[in-house]
Amino acid sequence: MAKAELMNYEQALEKFEVVIGLEVHVELNTKTKMFCGCRNDFGDEPNTNVCPVCLGLPGALPVVNKRAVESAIKIGLAIGCDIAPNGRFARKNYFYPDLAKNFQTSQFDEPIAFEGGVEVEVPSGQVYKIDIERAHMEEDAGKLTHVGGNTGRIQGAEFSLVDYNRAGVPLIEIVTKPVYGAGAEAPELAAAYVRYIREVVKALDVSEARMERGNVRCDANVSLRLHGAEKLGTRTETKNVNSLRSIERAVRYEIQRQAHILANGGTIIQETRHWHEDKGTTSAGRPKSDADDYRYFPEPDLVPVAPSKELIEELRASLPEDPATRRKRLQEAWGFSDLEFRDVVNAGLMDPIEETVAAGASPQAARKWWSGEIARQANADGKDVSELNVTAAQVAELAALVEAGKINDRIGREVLAAVMNGEGNPGEIVSAKGLEVVSDDGALMAAIDEALAKQPDVLEKIREGKVQAAGAVIGAVMQAMKGQADAGRVRELIIERAAQ
Amino acid sequence: MNLVKLTAVEQLEGLRSGAFTSVELTQAHLDRIASVDGVVHAFLHVNASGALATAAEVDRKRAAGETLPALAGLPIAVKDNLTTIDEPTTAGSKILEGWVPPYDSTVVSKLRAEMMPILGKTNLDEFAMGSTTQFSAYGPTSNPWSLDRIPGGSGGGSAAAVGAYMAPLAIGSDTGGSIRYPAAMTGTVGTKPTYGAVSRYGLIALGSSLDQIGPVARNVQDAALLHDVIAGHDERDSTSLPEDLGSMVAAASNGSLAGVKVGVIKELSGSGFQAGISARFQESLELLKAAGAEIVEVSCPSFQYAIAAYYLILPAEASSNLAKFDSVRFGMRVTPEGNPTIERVMAATREAGFGPEVKRRIILGTYALSSGYYDDYYGSAQKVRTLIQRDFDAAFAKADVLVSPTAPTTAFKLGEKIEDPLAMYLNDIATIPANLAGIPGLSLPNGLADEDGLPSSIQLLAPARADQRLYSVGAVLEKAHENVWGKRMIDFAPEVKAGA
Ligand SMILES: [Zn+2]
Repeated sequence: MAKAELMNYEQALEKFEVVIGLEVHVELNTKTKMFCGCRNDFGDEPNTNVCPVCLGLPGALPVVNKRAVESAIKIGLAIGCDIAPNGRFARKNYFYPDLAKNFQTSQFDEPIAFEGGVEVEVPSGQVYKIDIERAHMEEDAGKLTHVGGNTGRIQGAEFSLVDYNRAGVPLIEIVTKPVYGAGAEAPELAAAYVRYIREVVKALDVSEARMERGNVRCDANVSLRLHGAEKLGTRTETKNVNSLRSIERAVRYEIQRQAHILANGGTIIQETRHWHEDKGTTSAGRPKSDADDYRYFPEPDLVPVAPSKELIEELRASLPEDPATRRKRLQEAWGFSDLEFRDVVNAGLMDPIEETVAAGASPQAARKWWSGEIARQANADGKDVSELNVTAAQVAELAALVEAGKINDRIGREVLAAVMNGEGNPGEIVSAKGLEVVSDDGALMAAIDEALAKQPDVLEKIREGKVQAAGAVIGAVMQAMKGQADAGRVRELIIERAAQ
Repeated sequence: MNLVKLTAVEQLEGLRSGAFTSVELTQAHLDRIASVDGVVHAFLHVNASGALATAAEVDRKRAAGETLPALAGLPIAVKDNLTTIDEPTTAGSKILEGWVPPYDSTVVSKLRAEMMPILGKTNLDEFAMGSTTQFSAYGPTSNPWSLDRIPGGSGGGSAAAVGAYMAPLAIGSDTGGSIRYPAAMTGTVGTKPTYGAVSRYGLIALGSSLDQIGPVARNVQDAALLHDVIAGHDERDSTSLPEDLGSMVAAASNGSLAGVKVGVIKELSGSGFQAGISARFQESLELLKAAGAEIVEVSCPSFQYAIAAYYLILPAEASSNLAKFDSVRFGMRVTPEGNPTIERVMAATREAGFGPEVKRRIILGTYALSSGYYDDYYGSAQKVRTLIQRDFDAAFAKADVLVSPTAPTTAFKLGEKIEDPLAMYLNDIATIPANLAGIPGLSLPNGLADEDGLPSSIQLLAPARADQRLYSVGAVLEKAHENVWGKRMIDFAPEVKAGA
């Protein structure tokens, strides 16, 4: 496949207006599937959480999961939507081997939630209003694994395996209206919006909300039009974007790719595109036209979902605080400056810091570790911090060890690296590796005397008031102790010695 | 004593009194099947050992003085579009040849709970698409009255099994008349209950919004017995009614016509109906009047569009329901020569596995749901459906039950009309409106037509949920016929010439 040519980003924005649209699929954390009693846990042994209904066997009939409907209503309310008093399911008909019935039970013209909106802040501090068109309920398909061939795609595979554990898992699809006017910030806005939706569903406790596990998936629509043009440009829909960072990169990539084509007189093909995390590029998938015919019609096997006003109000009353309120509350509680807090939010560190503080760490210590070493590592690996092998509890434990003077910051970084390397919890690593600082003054004094013997003039200088002269000896002592000493204590002991 | 000639009520009395055992009764029916089904071909699968095992269990329990369900020990036949665990279920299609369902349909579970020996599975038009049973992939069923004639369809197998004394009772399914039309052709009684009165779970769907399971019997009281066993709410079928519609046995036992208003549907009489059928129908109106009923005429002008609407809605739903037959998870798989991609395997399987009428309806339905045509076809058909429901509402404001002939003609010859789908579709002209409106209907033998000496029939219709009226009126009319003709209608049937 020829590598697509890209236009310089700034140039692209000078020439074109960017319009994005986002479809976010949220996998619900209900105990059972959308239309049957099977366990909603597709990580299990393949094809164990299946029954006649989710296998689409002849004669089987669906029954709506009440809890999933409640989750859908909660999400709808939390993103400012109206709730349909009488929403019907519809069949979306198409043939694919991961789709047991060869139709997906979804919602078409009567989604459970519609006409909402959220306000999303991007790293610059700019806030954008994003209009929500709808949120609807549907079922997931099975998971295909293509064996043989080297693309991992169905084309060229020798055979494909289907795991129907995922078939019928409840999904909520949230669709925005076209988003205009974000300009150069469109990629960041796309990522910030998905982060916002993640925060919402996490706070509602309706989804595990882990992008790396596919609990939250985003399809990003991107189109360009000349500034001032009325007609929307042809859009592409980039799928398989599984981290916030990828969303930003994929949108940016599509802007540059489309700009190059359009500027050179080409036309954009309406199609789905696949995001390749490793290469940082998208490639053409299935052509997609408005004439795609899914032959939607009302699902005759299900009666309409008709939530009572009372239920809707009950759910509305149960909603947790919205993300904006939560941010305000946490910033105050943690005492972070605006800049500190914005960095935390933009790095997606609010949740881990909150959990770390809850596990006993001070807010500043939690911030220091997450936005320092851990964020650096995530960046280097091209991952989200949530994908790294470190938990809030481990960070809190690490902070406590430092706080207690058992280790210093430098050793702390070493311990953290070991934690991320899967070597265990901080306490275990410190004992296993013998990293605890030497707090035995006798041992320290012996090392100090040894160093002083090599630099006899230091004590004299200190006595003359040149306290900074102690630095040379501290360095030698720390080296002798292999770093496992509290430098402050060493300094105190040197000064004590000079006073004798 | 020829056990098979007894009514179901008499067979149950014999079992209770100890006149014969369930094993004897079941064996008598198996013997009858062995003797006549070679020429009738009502059964696709006979399960002698399973039926006898159930019978033996009933006999053992009865001998031990244990309490038994009301219909325990009474054999039954089941239409082959209801799933039966560990027993083949073909729906009359090659595409399901050899498929053994891993689960029982709800109705079959109820029969098992009732401890009724299941004799086997009966023939039907492929996926219940047809009105003659000639579209079965496994060959046609013959009418016991005249072996060269159709038994009606799609449930010709169940009707012929009961009509030829191979089973005292049978289960049918009625989407546009598939219980009532075969009853009319074979001089038996068949009921389509109110939509939702009987669970559809495990019924291989044809038109999900039209399908309803019901009883097939040789008289009204017997049908009521079975109706009461299979009716009731099922949490596995979202469209099943939550409420209890009362006892049909009680309704049949306490039948009365005093003060009952019987509405004659103007549009379902006169031209298009065989003279002998119209004559018998007029006589029955006199019998009803003599029994105390008031006869009124009602008009249902929208019925003229019923067949057109039905042949859009039904194929639309069927095209989607039949999409699951794709060779991936169950049933036939045809692997074409060359490079067998999933698309080619699916296409080859469906090409080989589906018969001509099924393909015709899948194509019709796919077309009717296509974008750009949806409003004109499926949308318009749904509007007609609403108009038909309004016609019924208006008619039931004037009458407690409605009557019409069940079928326009008596049974015609096998092979006739088979090349003319439109002529074939007219067979269901009187039965289809009830399915479109979801109301209950019962077909009752109505004397013999003078022209050919074949069974004529009358259809009773009641408002949704008023299924009991069918039985109370039906029982009275049945008695009146018996008085006029000197014996039951079924007793006029000639003896089936075995081994022809
Ligand atoms: Zn399931």
